[in-house]
Amino acid sequence: MASSDDRVAGSDTGEDCPCRDGMFDTLEANRRRFIFGAGSALGAASALALATLPARAAEKAPPGAVWYDVPEDPTKVPGRPVAGDGGYGTRSQFETAVRIRFPTPNANTSWSLTPLASLYGNITPSGLHFERHHNGIPTIDPSRHSLVVHGMVGTPKRFSMDDIKRLPSVTRRHFIECSGNGLTEWKSPKGKTVQQTHGLLSTSEWTGVLFSTLAREVGLKDGAKWVLGEGSDAAVMTRSIPLEKMLNDAMIVYGQNGEAVRPEQGYPLRLLLPGYEGNTNIKWLRRLQVSDKPFMTREETSKYTDLMADGKARIFTLDMDAKSVITFPSGDMKLPGPGIYTISGLAWSGRGRILSVDVSTDGGHLWYPARIESTPEPMCTVRFTFPWIWDGKPAILQSRCTDETGYIQPTLAQLLAIRGDHGPYASVYHLNSIQSWAVASDGGVSNVHA
Amino acid sequence: MFTHDLKPLVRRLLLAGAFSIGASACAFAQSASDTRIGVGTPVTKAELSKYFAIPPDGTGLPAGSGTPSEGRVVFMDNCAICHGDKLQGNPKPGFGGDRLIGGRGTLATNAPVKTVESYWPYATTLFDYVKRAMPFSAPGSLTDDQVYSVVAFILAQGHIIKPDATMNAKTLPKVQMPNRNGFVPDPRPELSLYH
Repeated sequence: MASSDDRVAGSDTGEDCPCRDGMFDTLEANRRRFIFGAGSALGAASALALATLPARAAEKAPPGAVWYDVPEDPTKVPGRPVAGDGGYGTRSQFETAVRIRFPTPNANTSWSLTPLASLYGNITPSGLHFERHHNGIPTIDPSRHSLVVHGMVGTPKRFSMDDIKRLPSVTRRHFIECSGNGLTEWKSPKGKTVQQTHGLLSTSEWTGVLFSTLAREVGLKDGAKWVLGEGSDAAVMTRSIPLEKMLNDAMIVYGQNGEAVRPEQGYPLRLLLPGYEGNTNIKWLRRLQVSDKPFMTREETSKYTDLMADGKARIFTLDMDAKSVITFPSGDMKLPGPGIYTISGLAWSGRGRILSVDVSTDGGHLWYPARIESTPEPMCTVRFTFPWIWDGKPAILQSRCTDETGYIQPTLAQLLAIRGDHGPYASVYHLNSIQSWAVASDGGVSNVHA
Repeated sequence: MFTHDLKPLVRRLLLAGAFSIGASACAFAQSASDTRIGVGTPVTKAELSKYFAIPPDGTGLPAGSGTPSEGRVVFMDNCAICHGDKLQGNPKPGFGGDRLIGGRGTLATNAPVKTVESYWPYATTLFDYVKRAMPFSAPGSLTDDQVYSVVAFILAQGHIIKPDATMNAKTLPKVQMPNRNGFVPDPRPELSLYH
């Protein structure tokens, strides 16, 4: 458990609470699954994982699945009829990965983390995309929803969902990362699993209209420099976005992974700002107000700012710097024995494409180039892999990425030297340093600072 | 949902002079006379009046006013359950309201305490946020007078304004918050990482 130094000041409240470790309300089934997660090259791996599933999983299907009796031999009995699921499929009853909520005092302003170790490739299943809500998930009828664009424009306009879908669309894959991803990890390793340390990261294929298209429909006035985005939730979330970013690549999205954006992700309309901190990607978007100055909203002043050791706070730290993490093997897993493993992980940058990823198995002394599984795209995760023969001795696994701007993912020591280390409420955001996983001689994997 | 009724669009294209070669709908793709598609409905000032976002210069602040003593009543009725009757916050399960005052002089120490008093750079932000999102269980339910008064109460409790000061559209933007000059623009990428 954390020392008292590592804990949040007792008198303060939970919304920003970075370090109530051990309080994750992880589903037991999900936790046990991490004993050996996906990704091993060994055939024995999956059998081992199944053997450790608790018996009660058989009594109740996990979220997103329906439980069916399992026949002895599926080739000897007819299966289920076509469309018997009502027309919308579910995942297998054997797939148990779920989002877990961070234990803030109030579940209406809280966040849930993506189970990164259970994912394949780059895309996060929509139902596992991380969440951060500031007063719950609103229920919105799209026929009554619209987007108003006004302020320093020629003609302020209201766009219905039908209007927006008439406009030319683009489809692009981008990650969203909360700038608070990993905020528990500054002082000492806290999260047991990669879900807890890095789970405020998700990637989707987004479909929608470029803001530049809407801007032409309303016309922009000289002197315009900022755009306020406003959500239609109970927090009526607002952030000010530089117009340059809005015209560069901002999207007003209604599609996520081929279907409508999920309610937790902003149904029916979300602002998508590739590479920007997650909070700026306003969900349930109802209004864009063009202005010459930022509005200095609550989130962009009192919350998503980075307090340095000299008492000054950085404001509008919007880009997410390059970052990578090994998802297999990762914390709370156990390797069954020496042999060959395929180390696997994700790398991403808010400033462009990932250029390369290196992997170290000795705590960062020697680095080897990893294989990148797909063509890197701007502001999108890439899956990397690295074949590793584990000799059974203790090892420290790390990954380090470089993006196309030449920025190299820093060590924690490098970041601490800049950002300072003065208390749990200081510079908690934008932790993008190299993650270390220690493999013990018994195969156990744990979160360490190395 | 999507009606596929393109008549309004076609009408606008006609008006724009883009429908130049007879009845063929593909003609507009070649016409560069207007780069607008003509989608969306103009909104009136009256429609826009229900929206607000108050910047530091106070643009858009509504009529009305309030004092700390009036605000104390509003606060105790609506806010104290989550923020504490001494504005100290309430971390209990189901609540989780932020601490609102105190913490001055702590920002450069090893135990910085961020509150409205110690950290927030603009009083207009407090007004905007209370009006838009508070109280948590009934957001947007306070009258403008109530918002002015509860903002005045919080600022007075933080010794930022006098206990008898009146907050309104004129006085609120003039409030000097203690940490007004405490913010610097994003200096990243951090150049020491390139040493």
